[in-house]
Amino acid sequence: MRVLVPMAQHDTGRAGSVPVAAAPGPGNWASPCPASLPCRHGNPAWHRKWRKGQAGSGRWGGSGGAMAAVTTESGAGSGAAGSPEATGGSTGGGGWRRPHGPLQRYYGPSTAEAAEAAPDPTDINGPHFDPEVFMTKVRSECPLGQLLAREAALGREIRALDSDMQTLLYENYNKFISATDTIRKMKVDFRHMEAEMDDLAANMAAISASSARVSAALQDRHRRGAQLAGVQALLRKLQALVEVPGRLRRWAGTEPARALRCHARARAVLRHYRHLPSFRAIEDESHAIMADLAQRLRTRLREETLDPKELTECVEMLLQLEEPAEELSEEFLSQAGARLEAELAALEAELPTADPSGTASTPPPPASDILDFVDRGSSAFVGTLCQLAGSYRALFGGDTGHLEPFAAALATRYFALLERRLALERGLGDTSLLVRALDRFHRRLRALLELLPAGADAAAALVARAARERVDRYLRALQTFFLGCLGDVRQALAAPRPPGKEGPGLPDLLATLAASVLGQLKAVLAYVQLFTARDVAFASLPYFKGEFCVTAVREGLVVAFVRWLCRTARGFADGPAERGAPAAPPALLLLLARLCLDYENSTISYILTLTDEQFPPQDSGPAVTPGPALCAEARAAAQRLLDHYVQVQGAAVAQMLRKSVETRDWLGTVEPRNVRAVMKRVVEDITAIDVQVGQLFEEGVRRAQSSDSSRRAFSVYSSSRAPGRYAPSYTPSAPMDTHLLSNIQKLFSERIDIFSPVEFNKVSVLTGIIKISLKTLLECVRLRTLGRFGLQQVQVDGHYLQLYLWRFASDERVVQGLLDEVAASAAHRCLDPVPMEHSVVELICERG
Amino acid sequence: ARALTPQTAETDAIRFLVGTQSLRYDNQIHIIDFDDENNIINKNVLLHQVGEIWHISTSPADKGVLATCYNKTSDTKVMTCAAVWRMPKELESGSHESPDDSSSNTQTLELLCHLDNTAHGNMACVMWEPMGDGKKIISLADNNILLWDLQESSAKALLSSSTALEGKGQLKFTSGRWSPHHNCTQIATANDTTVRGWDTRSMRQIYCIENAHGQLVRDLDFNPNKQYYLASCGDDCKVKFWDTRNVTEPVKILEEHSHWVWNVRYNHSHDQLILTGSSDSRVILSNMVSISSEPFGHMVDDDELSDQEDQHQEEKIKEPLQDSVIATYEEHEDSVYAVEWSSADPWLFASLSYDGRLVINRVPRALKYHILL
Repeated sequence: MRVLVPMAQHDTGRAGSVPVAAAPGPGNWASPCPASLPCRHGNPAWHRKWRKGQAGSGRWGGSGGAMAAVTTESGAGSGAAGSPEATGGSTGGGGWRRPHGPLQRYYGPSTAEAAEAAPDPTDINGPHFDPEVFMTKVRSECPLGQLLAREAALGREIRALDSDMQTLLYENYNKFISATDTIRKMKVDFRHMEAEMDDLAANMAAISASSARVSAALQDRHRRGAQLAGVQALLRKLQALVEVPGRLRRWAGTEPARALRCHARARAVLRHYRHLPSFRAIEDESHAIMADLAQRLRTRLREETLDPKELTECVEMLLQLEEPAEELSEEFLSQAGARLEAELAALEAELPTADPSGTASTPPPPASDILDFVDRGSSAFVGTLCQLAGSYRALFGGDTGHLEPFAAALATRYFALLERRLALERGLGDTSLLVRALDRFHRRLRALLELLPAGADAAAALVARAARERVDRYLRALQTFFLGCLGDVRQALAAPRPPGKEGPGLPDLLATLAASVLGQLKAVLAYVQLFTARDVAFASLPYFKGEFCVTAVREGLVVAFVRWLCRTARGFADGPAERGAPAAPPALLLLLARLCLDYENSTISYILTLTDEQFPPQDSGPAVTPGPALCAEARAAAQRLLDHYVQVQGAAVAQMLRKSVETRDWLGTVEPRNVRAVMKRVVEDITAIDVQVGQLFEEGVRRAQSSDSSRRAFSVYSSSRAPGRYAPSYTPSAPMDTHLLSNIQKLFSERIDIFSPVEFNKVSVLTGIIKISLKTLLECVRLRTLGRFGLQQVQVDGHYLQLYLWRFASDERVVQGLLDEVAASAAHRCLDPVPMEHSVVELICERG
Repeated sequence: ARALTPQTAETDAIRFLVGTQSLRYDNQIHIIDFDDENNIINKNVLLHQVGEIWHISTSPADKGVLATCYNKTSDTKVMTCAAVWRMPKELESGSHESPDDSSSNTQTLELLCHLDNTAHGNMACVMWEPMGDGKKIISLADNNILLWDLQESSAKALLSSSTALEGKGQLKFTSGRWSPHHNCTQIATANDTTVRGWDTRSMRQIYCIENAHGQLVRDLDFNPNKQYYLASCGDDCKVKFWDTRNVTEPVKILEEHSHWVWNVRYNHSHDQLILTGSSDSRVILSNMVSISSEPFGHMVDDDELSDQEDQHQEEKIKEPLQDSVIATYEEHEDSVYAVEWSSADPWLFASLSYDGRLVINRVPRALKYHILL
């Protein structure tokens, strides 16, 4: 505490001295940065400078702008100590204040920065430094030990600064002395130099005087020489003028261009001096010659054989001869027109003549390929047209009023020709060739664009049409290819198989079919992609970027193909079976059903992804068919096909059963000894179908079976023992209630839809077929009248079917129910319903 | 039971005849009267002792005359014969007896004549000349078409002409219909998958629809109001509508049933109403507006039940109804083998299933008003 008290006193004293700080004296050093002084803002910079000087070279005016960070506690302390020292060091007050001004400006930004910083009265370098607050803070916050330590440090620092100061002063003095020496030396040198400069001035004056004399002597001769030269030039010109007619005559025949040049040169002079009779004669003569020349040029212009260059030259010369431009331009165009017509005619000659009646079956293949054609067309026609248009413009200036319709008409004809040629590209040929041809056409046509703004659209439309056409053709080719594949598959299916050796399995066929179709589709996509390849010029047209990708390729090719495939597949189910046309073999139906299902599951999305990758659709493009819609179509087609398959196979089995029931004499039959062959056949067929379906479709779920299913007795026979169920209690009064019991039973059983859609699995398909077969059996039995043994035969057959068919069906109760009904109906249709013993039935079945 | 027919000559009362099929008991013909006002069914039973009835048809002229095809069974042989019968006078016009004593006094049919078929094989059906005086009938026997003249008040049947369908294999007619058009000179028959048309005057075939159905053709019917239009149904679950002038393509196909369609019938007055019965135990009533004689746009597409003023209705835009299934009747538990419209009430029909259940239904009231208004 004792130490602190004087510090506080000192501090208060310093604060109190602020108002008198302007006066030099002891109060001044105690005010490092009084708030009211003008140097207040400079002070932190000054401190920094000072510290920098200490650390570095020690120069006073060093411009190192880096701001030494003043650390919080010790920095503040040292700053507080350094300030009075600095002030003290530069005794003389105002002496250091003047250079301070520029320094302050130089460090302006940092002061501004400081001003911006939050005012901190305890920051000893800050503009808002408040000694009182600072002292209070130090006094209240720092422990005694720290205060003492700081005092000692201050003492040390003051001493160090003292010695530095002395060193600096000494160095400065040395430098000052050496500067004085240098100045003294310079004074001596200058005196010597002055004498030499005076000599130089005198010499120069002498030189200029002698030069004036020489030029005065030569002036007269020079003038005469110049006069003579002028006379000679004039004479030479006159000579040339006199020679003009001769030259003209000489050149008019062979080198009209030269003659023209010559004439042009002479013309102005001749015209100017025409009042002199001799010049007049010359002019008249040359005029006559030129008229003659013009006449000749005109004749030449009308010649057919001029090539465009000659034509241009010719017209140019005529223009120079001041022939009327209007007339010439027409002449020029008609000549050019004739020439272009000839080119077009040559092109047209390559096309086979259009057959108006259309009787010719196929036009002969064009002699040259399309690339060749376009090449020739471009180089011959387009080139010439460009050339002519260019020269026209050069000759007749910007007036293109005639040129545009002329060129447009010709270009239209050219387009028409090209269109016809493209139409000849029926075959699939080489698409890259076509693309290249179109590309070349498009590129060449660009040259014409400025001439024919409308031509650009027409050309783009042409290219787009050609591309579209090609895509359509690919679609057709794909369809043909698919039909071909189908034909192959049909053949493979129909091919007679050597016994014991299975033909190619259905899965193989399916895989081959799917792979080849997909491969073909991919190949086609690759071909079509050529149209949008980056190096093809027209690919950058907006049409090819957007609409072509979406409308033509995605919708027109891919979607259309998938749709068509589904439709075709459906066609096998819908069409031919109707009117006795050769129906598709059932295996094919099955194959197609699987194919459609595969498409629905994976292929469609794959194809669409592929297409979208290769032909990225634009966001704003026309609406596209979503994949799910296609999938739904494919699924519907698959469903239809499978249903049809079930119907066809079911009908085949049913037909067999129906014929067997209808042709048999059920009344007079003998006691059954074995199962009828047709039933065995039915079981065989169904087993075969099972194998066939199993090759392509999954097993599917089966309803849980009761363990004794295959062994279950035919309920009708047990019920015939339990009287009242099927033995009709027929009374005249209530004939409608005969089968009350069975009706009640039916009420609780599910209604069986015979021809109902099936699911995509084997069991479901087989169940469908079995249902159709058994229902047929039921209906046929109902149409017959059976004897006792007939009933027994039905009983045996039914049991046999029961034994072998349940395992194919998803729900054996369906089989069971239908067979029960068959037995019941048979019993009802029997004159003498005495069923066979169940054990005997079983015996026969097991034996058969 | 398979045989069902309306009493064609009766135009006042709703009456159906049903023939039973029983091998071991006496067969009967049930005369079903339906009292529309009181919703009462009345039944009279006639004994038909000669055999089970496969087909039944009534004379269009005489209420009391009917023809049946029946099975005559001996020990080793089944023969289907046909005969013309007369029912007792008091039953002709439907006596309203109470049902309980109908069992006591069963009456017997009076045999008028046999249609002698010993030379021609099994009778499949008997058709009366529609609109005729009940003198001409045609029966189909195996592959023969027999035209009979009934003389001496139907007591005698004379075979006036006949023709046989020749071809390889066993050809058998399954059913036939007599066209009400062209002065009743045409009939249509079905055998296997083929539908044929015949001229009754020359007994020549006039058209033939080969493979009309994928499988057996079960039944036919002529549109009563529109010439040349014919409906057929068969084992491929389809009902097809034909224009007999162009037999290559059906006009329309219905695929609503899930099993064989056994019967198809046009409504007698409103031919857009088609009734079909199938062995999937369903009866389906369809509305085939697009191929009916009703002109398009005739019907008013609004709420018919509301009593709106006429001018209001006429202002409305008239839209044709779409072809559609009106109703599916699932009252039967077994295969439905016969459906028939009532001859008296065009809005009423009966269907008969194998288990002998006869169901009488009405066209839905909304549709009825729709068609009428």
